[in-house]
Amino acid sequence: MTKQQANWSPYDNNGGTVVAIAGADYCVIASDTRMSTGYSILTRDYSKIIQLADKSVMASSGFQADVRALQKVLEARHLIYQHQHNKQMSCPAMAQLLSNTLYFKRFFPYYAFNVLGGLDSEGKGCVFTYDAVGSYERVGYSSQGSGSTLITPFLDNQLKSPSPLLLPAKDAVTPLSESEAIELVKTCFVSATERDIYTGDKLEIVILNASGIRRDYMELRKD
Amino acid sequence: MFRNQYDTDVTTWSPAGRLFQVEYAMEAVKQGSAAIGLRSKTHVVLACVNKSTSELSSHQKKIFKVDDHIGVAIAGLTADGRVLSRYLRNECINYSYTYESPLPIGRLVVQLADKAQVCTQRSWKRPYGVGLLVGGLDESGAHLYYNCPSGNYFEYEAFAIGSRSQAAKTYLERKFETFKDSSRDNLIKDALFALRETLQGEKLTSSVCTIAVVGVGEAFQILNQETVQGLINEFEIVGEEPPPADEAAPPEQGSGAESGSSAAEQGAAPMDI
Repeated sequence: MTKQQANWSPYDNNGGTVVAIAGADYCVIASDTRMSTGYSILTRDYSKIIQLADKSVMASSGFQADVRALQKVLEARHLIYQHQHNKQMSCPAMAQLLSNTLYFKRFFPYYAFNVLGGLDSEGKGCVFTYDAVGSYERVGYSSQGSGSTLITPFLDNQLKSPSPLLLPAKDAVTPLSESEAIELVKTCFVSATERDIYTGDKLEIVILNASGIRRDYMELRKD
Repeated sequence: MFRNQYDTDVTTWSPAGRLFQVEYAMEAVKQGSAAIGLRSKTHVVLACVNKSTSELSSHQKKIFKVDDHIGVAIAGLTADGRVLSRYLRNECINYSYTYESPLPIGRLVVQLADKAQVCTQRSWKRPYGVGLLVGGLDESGAHLYYNCPSGNYFEYEAFAIGSRSQAAKTYLERKFETFKDSSRDNLIKDALFALRETLQGEKLTSSVCTIAVVGVGEAFQILNQETVQGLINEFEIVGEEPPPADEAAPPEQGSGAESGSSAAEQGAAPMDI
């Protein structure tokens, strides 16, 4: 006569890993393109990265239906902002908007683990990292998703940034160059792909700098 | 003479079957400064006169971007125009959110017209005192609509509203058949010429006008002052003499403007147009 437990969940985890690194005048945002459910692969070619504004790019792992809904809400809110202020939202403004949007659904959360990357109003790279209900912090680098536990310690070691765990909080952009940061990101994902079954197929890298935005792709192991 | 008896509120008919409050609202549009729209198969150009009330103040914003594929130019109570633009923007954003596709302009103008009609049938409301020239795209190409305070709307090849718009309309009536296949730049040129007609001899410079364009493959944008001044200089629209192609125009326009306005006063209810 045991109590019956819920056997239907409104959530699913589609897996995947996202990473972002802030540099002195650039920002690198990367994610794998595998979408899974349980032990199956749904598709090898799904982008978790979206450009929300001129200088803000969001990458989200978790439940992709919620991720897509969240992206649409932010896109619509950005349009309203542009009509009212006649300009694009800055990355720190978008960061606050994302936090508020997530907390708005505090009691039925978006199952989304986000990193927001971009350039701040001074042109310096910035990365913001979130939990599912909107708690956020500006950091020099971050990783979220199924491979984050494998990638974060590696970045702590390799990025030569002051650790975000130190107090007082230090200004955290990495002294590495853009190409060095990109190589590091590729290394992260190749390693994570080896041990995390939910990460693989293809790596999508978005680089934001003063000249604009560009995308790079790299094949990853497909097993 | 009976107008004053039946014009107290918008829900009172006159014995002749007219709603005077609505007609008064259309008067407000005629008092506003001119706005002009023209369209080709692929582009729509909106142009308006931007006169500020004093040298010390900035001028009113009369052209609004509604979405990447739609923009409006207004004449009349600009505050009402601003509020309606916000409504139009919201409708476009909500449609894009739901259907991930741009709201066809034909649907948008119907929604706007229905919103205006509500204000003609509630005793506690007043009609919007602004006319809107809505220009934009849908799958079949470029379109220009005019939305009245009465809740009516019409599609046009080219149109002008506001004060001294009859002069522009006369110019447009002469040339509108060429607009369909016009290039983007020629369309802008025609808009500038039409705008010049409403200035009645005053010099056309980029500081008194605003031009906006939207087209297939070109998102709605308001052209900046230098670009507009460059176009004015290029097309040599500045001077009071019309260019050689339109030499026959001035004498016709003078008489055309006068006969046009007297016809409107002869009691034809504006809503019937």
